[in-house]
Amino acid sequence: MKLGSSDHNHDHSELSDTELRIRTLESLLAEKGYIDPAALDILVDTYETRVGPRNGAKIVAKAWTDPAFRKWLLDDATAAIASLGFTGRQGEHMVAVENTAGLHNMVVCTLCSCYPWPVLGLPPVWYKSAPYRSRAVIDPRGVLADFGVVLPEGKSIRVWDSTAEIRYLVIPERPAGTGEMDETALAELVTRDSMIGTGLALAPGSFK
Amino acid sequence: MNGAADLGGMMGFGPVMPESGEPVFHGDWERRVFAVTLAMGFTGSWNIDQSRFARESLPPAQYLSSSYYQIWLAGLEKLLLERGLVTAAELENGKAGSASAEVKRVLNAGDVGAVLAAGGPAERRRSEPARYSAGDRVVARNIHPQTHTRLPRYLRGHAGVIHAIRGAHVFPDSNAQGLGEDPQWLYSVAFSARELWGTGYPDTDRIFADCWEPYLERA
Repeated sequence: MKLGSSDHNHDHSELSDTELRIRTLESLLAEKGYIDPAALDILVDTYETRVGPRNGAKIVAKAWTDPAFRKWLLDDATAAIASLGFTGRQGEHMVAVENTAGLHNMVVCTLCSCYPWPVLGLPPVWYKSAPYRSRAVIDPRGVLADFGVVLPEGKSIRVWDSTAEIRYLVIPERPAGTGEMDETALAELVTRDSMIGTGLALAPGSFK
Repeated sequence: MNGAADLGGMMGFGPVMPESGEPVFHGDWERRVFAVTLAMGFTGSWNIDQSRFARESLPPAQYLSSSYYQIWLAGLEKLLLERGLVTAAELENGKAGSASAEVKRVLNAGDVGAVLAAGGPAERRRSEPARYSAGDRVVARNIHPQTHTRLPRYLRGHAGVIHAIRGAHVFPDSNAQGLGEDPQWLYSVAFSARELWGTGYPDTDRIFADCWEPYLERA
């Protein structure tokens, strides 16, 4: 998808040119001794199969059930998140922001694609696209409507533009009717989008 | 620079279109661009701010008509040529035609896990105390450098309030030019939506941005 459009279709001739270029480049860089092809496979596998939004969901579910952890997460998210084993690249400096009855938080990177990799994985295409990056700051309610989210009248919005190396994690509101649920079950309600702030946590029984 | 990457507040791109069941990568070429870019970043031939600048300084028409990983690939090729790690002829035919340049390190398969887990923290020590405290009113400077900056256009000239001090961090404006890390105090600054965009916004809506001290002056 072109960055500046909402259209998911690729131009196939352009794409095959790109496919050829990266294949050529990869073999050239390996031949010159700058890269180890086996390392590339591990990099891909890490973000394709091991690191993703289930990490973030665990953090949120713990914050919902453990008041001491919630406080730690809000005071020092980097340390609290590291205590669950999630650290490293693009999550070196974490800040957690909490949705409440009166406040909704939403995260964007208007300048590029900054996103908390250790807890959410790599960002989806829409997060990196011009439609989202341009509108999140000037029309957050319109963006939420694109996701089917309508906030109650009177709720304030805080948009966090990730302009530095700080990475943001939204703690969505805990859905009603979940008082008896344990951490594992609660984590199932926590969607990726709810931790970016373009969605809400799922109501129990409404699994996607 | 005032490039195409600085998108905040622009209009006309259409609705946000989430893709249901979206894969992490759309095709194998995206996997390769991603991994080659990370692995080359590890060689220490450029820093993260220089790689961001390589992408955002693409001609605006090219930037907006490329897909995300096409932008990464174009930025990577630019850096490789600039640093003399490859020649244009080598890029063209994919065969090494000159001696390899020295790189600081090569990312080996056995080190990937540890390297990713360590990341690259941007916080540094700075001996001078922070100029601003939470609650201080500040204005984002009206600057238009032709070089890399992380102060978006939509904030320049607008007043905000210091929300929090994030510590002293590598200053991208300097680091992207190869002028050193020059750590500066980094603040979370709250701007009201009305201040940035005018009337018609709830008066409690806020846009927060992380701003280095040189981006700010006292209101």
